[in-house]
Amino acid sequence: MPQNYVPIFLFLAVIGTMIPATLLIARLVRTQRPTREKLLPYECGIDPHDNARGRYTVRYYVVAILFVIFDVETIFLFPWAVKFKALGVFGLIEMLVFLGVLIVGYAWVWKRGALEWV
Amino acid sequence: MKVISLTEYKLMLPMLELVIFALGILLIDLIIPRDWKWLNAVGAFVGLFFAAVCVWQIQATLPGGAVGFSGALLVDHFAVFFWYLFLAAAGITVLMSERYLDLEDEHSGEYYALLLLSVVGMMCMAAGIDVVLIFIGLELMAISTYVLVGFLRRERRSNEAAIKYFLLGAFSSGIFAYGLSIFYGLAGSTNLQEIHRSILAQNPRHPVIVIALLTTMTGLFFKIAAVPFHQWAPDAYEGAPTSISGFMSVAVKAAAWAMLLRILIFALFPLRSVYVPIVVFVAIATMTLANFAALSQTNTKRLLAYSSIAHVGYMLLAFVAMGTSEPGSPAFSDGFKGILIYLLVYTFMNLGAFAVITSLRQRQVIGDELEDMAGLYHRAPVEAVLMLLFLLSLAGIPPAAGFLGKYYIFLSLVESRHYGLAALGVIYSLLGLYYYLKIANAMLIRESKETKPLFVSIGMRCAVGVTALATIVIGIYPEPFIQGVSRSLPTWAKPTAPTLRQ
Repeated sequence: MPQNYVPIFLFLAVIGTMIPATLLIARLVRTQRPTREKLLPYECGIDPHDNARGRYTVRYYVVAILFVIFDVETIFLFPWAVKFKALGVFGLIEMLVFLGVLIVGYAWVWKRGALEWV
Repeated sequence: MKVISLTEYKLMLPMLELVIFALGILLIDLIIPRDWKWLNAVGAFVGLFFAAVCVWQIQATLPGGAVGFSGALLVDHFAVFFWYLFLAAAGITVLMSERYLDLEDEHSGEYYALLLLSVVGMMCMAAGIDVVLIFIGLELMAISTYVLVGFLRRERRSNEAAIKYFLLGAFSSGIFAYGLSIFYGLAGSTNLQEIHRSILAQNPRHPVIVIALLTTMTGLFFKIAAVPFHQWAPDAYEGAPTSISGFMSVAVKAAAWAMLLRILIFALFPLRSVYVPIVVFVAIATMTLANFAALSQTNTKRLLAYSSIAHVGYMLLAFVAMGTSEPGSPAFSDGFKGILIYLLVYTFMNLGAFAVITSLRQRQVIGDELEDMAGLYHRAPVEAVLMLLFLLSLAGIPPAAGFLGKYYIFLSLVESRHYGLAALGVIYSLLGLYYYLKIANAMLIRESKETKPLFVSIGMRCAVGVTALATIVIGIYPEPFIQGVSRSLPTWAKPTAPTLRQ
């Protein structure tokens, strides 16, 4: 119902005015004395020594993907462990099937050599 | 807590079985030596066959349809029809692939495992009546196909096709999911029946509903490759391994159609006054653009890609006929039968055509240019004649099966008084005859540079033979197929009250 959306539009309007207004006021009020240190990109306090758009090896990509897959596995294990009693044998079998599928994937990844850092 | 009963697992037995085979192939592939890689193909074929047997057992004990998994899975004759279709398409693809992958030097189990997993995704799409299940099925199918399209790792075109298909596919899936999420917000449920019920009570022209409908339709039209969301199809089909181009043009498309029918006819039928004008526009645009673009193609895979887009246009015409007539009326049921029969027939004739193109791949020849077709009649007479059959069927010449599909589509259009659209469809079919005969001309009349006979493997011979047989049999004796299709209709004729057995 359209009238239910009125608060959302109000909210959007407030955001749309507040942010430019604060930025503009800050710009008018503050003093501007840029130095070389201030203009450097912030990298944990260490001086950056390379271009941020540099290339890095594709091997990180494989590791990251594998990490996501096996990380999700543990996320699914947690709620199952919490509700273990309520789910009973049914839950146990389901989880074993799930783990079985993942172990096949793990064996495949291992044998294919995706875990080697060549 | 509700425990899932064993009968519900029986409903998804074919899918479970395919997953087990896919995982088995992945593992076995690791230990078998290089010369024995054909075992993977055998394994995949056996898996598909067992799955078909499972589906047959389900079908024998299926009076009106059965729901399972808290109403997410509906196995009715509609779903069973599509399941058979996917399994047949995948089986023929496996037959086509064995020697082709050998030649490409990419013979590995992942190919077959991904093929089986994409079939599982399609089965979820055809049988799901919960948008979450449909979407997961869609993604399982799509992600498997993205990888399959880029399977020729050393080939530039294959990589390019996979990236294009992946980026556009992921984007359209996002839009599709957005539309579905709005429907969930409107209905408070992800079940298509609940969505249908809540849509009935609302004004179909409410802006929120229109936005949800438009975004959902964008996703659906992308997946069936209708203009203006078609541009990925020619690139993806051209770059993909030829066997996968064939598989995508039939099975992936059929799955997308199953999903489209489930969502637009089953759930969102009350919104037809809004979506039918859009579908009319899309259908005309699809037929026009695809047919004219196909005229100037010199690559056979690309030509067949545009022709498959054109066929989507014809099927959309039948969809218009359904949308403008009452459920249960002859026009509605003929339109529905038209789409299903067209998909069935198209599966065989198009896979057959792609099988012949795949067999042109030899040691030193890529074989997907129109030039490579030249003089095929002298090099492989049987393949050339069967290719002619497939081409005539694609053009819709009787007695080949393609005529039957077109007949039902134009019948439904005439019954729903869309004489203009029917005439347009016939004109474009005639235009299609030109570019199909261009291939036939190259095959039969032009002289070949090569003179030595074409080597065709046994698997390929089986694939071409089976598809040709099906194309002829459905064309000459269509009765059992029409009855089979009509059976999937009753639960659909009254979308408001689907007869579901709990």
